Amino acid sequence: MKLIDFLVQNRSEVLQLTFEHLFLVVIATGGASLIGIPIGIILTRRTSLAKPVLAIASVLQTIPSLALFGFLIPVLGSHGIGRTPAIIALFLYSLLPVIRNTFTGINGVDPAVREAARGMGMTDWQVLTQVELPLALSVIVAGVRVATVISVGTATIAAAIGAGGLGTYIFRGLRTLDRTLILAGAVPAAAMALLADLALGSVERLLLPGSGASVNRRKWILGIGTLVITAGLVAFFCVGGTSKSGARVVVGSKDFTESRILSEIVAQTIENGTNIKVEQATELSGDLCHRELVAGQIDMYVEYTGTAFTAILKHPPISDPRAVYDQVKADYESLFILEWLQPLGFNNTFAILVRGEDARRLGLKSISDSARYATNWRAGFGQDFMSRKDGYPGFVQTYGLRFMEPPREMDLSLSYQALANHQVDLIAGNSTDGLIEKLGLVQLEDDLHYFPPYEAAPIIRRDTLDRYPQIGDAVNRLAGRITNEQMRKLNYAVDGEKRDVRTVVREFLTD
Amino acid sequence: MLEVNSVSHSQQSESLTGSGDGQPNVAIEFRNVNLKVNQKSLVEDLAFEVLRGETLVLLGRSGSGKTTTLKLINCLLEPTSGDVFVEGTSTRSWNQIELRRHIGYVIQDSGLFPHFTVARNIAVVPRLKGWKENKTHERVRELLELVGLEPQTFANRYPRELSGGQRQRVGVARALAADPPIVLMDEPFGALDPLTRAELQREFAALTKRLKKTIVFVTHDIREAYTLASRIGLFKDGHLIELATPDQFASSSDPEAQAFNKSIE
Repeated sequence: MKLIDFLVQNRSEVLQLTFEHLFLVVIATGGASLIGIPIGIILTRRTSLAKPVLAIASVLQTIPSLALFGFLIPVLGSHGIGRTPAIIALFLYSLLPVIRNTFTGINGVDPAVREAARGMGMTDWQVLTQVELPLALSVIVAGVRVATVISVGTATIAAAIGAGGLGTYIFRGLRTLDRTLILAGAVPAAAMALLADLALGSVERLLLPGSGASVNRRKWILGIGTLVITAGLVAFFCVGGTSKSGARVVVGSKDFTESRILSEIVAQTIENGTNIKVEQATELSGDLCHRELVAGQIDMYVEYTGTAFTAILKHPPISDPRAVYDQVKADYESLFILEWLQPLGFNNTFAILVRGEDARRLGLKSISDSARYATNWRAGFGQDFMSRKDGYPGFVQTYGLRFMEPPREMDLSLSYQALANHQVDLIAGNSTDGLIEKLGLVQLEDDLHYFPPYEAAPIIRRDTLDRYPQIGDAVNRLAGRITNEQMRKLNYAVDGEKRDVRTVVREFLTD
Repeated sequence: MLEVNSVSHSQQSESLTGSGDGQPNVAIEFRNVNLKVNQKSLVEDLAFEVLRGETLVLLGRSGSGKTTTLKLINCLLEPTSGDVFVEGTSTRSWNQIELRRHIGYVIQDSGLFPHFTVARNIAVVPRLKGWKENKTHERVRELLELVGLEPQTFANRYPRELSGGQRQRVGVARALAADPPIVLMDEPFGALDPLTRAELQREFAALTKRLKKTIVFVTHDIREAYTLASRIGLFKDGHLIELATPDQFASSSDPEAQAFNKSIE
């Protein structure tokens, strides 16, 4: 089976992603237990607080995870991507089951037993620690168990903000329409959820009052659990603490293959040409790369001039490549203290794509040619295209396009598949996309020169460049070296042929 | 903790010698005690004394206020007005925790801690009082024998592994663990089958004679009252309407007392 072959071949990466995943879950649910159990206890003492607090925790849980991640990005500023926001989001989701089960578990203790404890002269603290908590423990563990299973599932989404974990495979698979990759992320995640469920389920049964587990055994279980959580937390802070030391830079990449390839090209170029270690922060969606670069969370990434010009600097789109590059270079220098290095060569502009069969049948060459058929067509566009100044609104206006129905907004990678499957008839892809050839799609010429240039060029933080000027020298040797054709081939090698990014880039750089 | 210990020990010795704080023969005194919860009166104008070493049985129908009265003694409830004096000191002035460790407490269905063994259940108050491990251990053995349970067999069992009668014996042993001068019992034998109940009542009557504890015992069972009581207090609608020795009670002219007496004719 393909999946098993994949998992065996990539076992070290699978293992690493599994550990990353586990790490997120253990820290988040561990933290939620450390905070949620005391909150649950307080609620049993201040019952008037119970309703509002449980309501807030319930509302938190209904927020879609992507929305919560999106919300945390600006709130957390320089920590807006990576593990921190992922752990915070998972932590917030885990709170409700932990608080609720602590509350109901303690309230479920037989009132006669509680009264006997008080009547015997136990203080409130003794009633809590010697009677209520031990008796409620299995219910509390059940809450932790629910929180853990939820976290294992939600943590897959954390890959969208660069937190790693098994979701990395799922997103990579969605982008490249690779079912094996999707399964390579989903199956181990599901297995992890099941195992966590089983393990905590048996702990729960052992802790059931009168389960026969001796007091000593229960103490052991609690001790080991606390130890695991503490070890995780210590590891978390140690990792956070050491991440700033050494001659080391972080190269970011957006959440699509080309950006990933480019960051790999930059990373390998730096590592080959200098003795600086490179880390990569991958899968950063939207304008996360920019924000993280400004915040100093990453040191550099490869951006497109057009994106910087319109999406970040909010200039109205223009079509002269040189003018665009000069403008963004000057603006970035003064506004963000960021340095644009030399463009890499190719221009990845929006590509308006139709099925090859339609293009041949109707004799379509340019976007203008398609205007008269568009009224019978449905269009599917990525969120990015729909929301950008140089995207959808100007596009339909320039070409006078009207579609059968309002365009469907969908994930960029899914829109390719939707086009191939006749669910839509026109999409906006990228001109260097390897899938264009793989799916036999045809790019219509931008005959009215609507789309501004999108030349790829690395941006680096001024302070990083000052500290390591050798990086600028090394990376500028790439200037003009990557053509459109080469970029499409690189994309196809990764997306179409499913080859490893690192290997593909190594071969490209040694050619 | 240490302070608690020394206080309770000194008061214990007072109770044993029978010499005290000006009222040597009175263990508990209710002075015009009222308790209202949410405008509703649970007990009204309670005024009576419990003498040292006697077994006062509080008798009455469900909801007549007898359990409330019991809880006023160990301060699980506090009077709205009036005072309850335990060993000459108002419960308002007692440290509540100290007071409760000074008074044994047995409730219906025993209220044993399901996650503790029999031995650990009995050892609760001695541990709270910080007794040494071997002293506690010795005391647990002694008490199990006292209530007729073979220590070797029962010490390490969990409550769910016991019959109802055995659980109740453990409940009594637990209440006596720290040798409190006063023991409160709230329908301790109420949930038992009639044969077991009679057996425990008999043994308990013998036990109380030997131990010379002050006992306040709540029940709705007139037979039980006659078996155990040195005096019977009859409750109706939150009032103590009759307080008499069993002999006097048997010939009482009060209609509620007559109703109870009639039920066993």
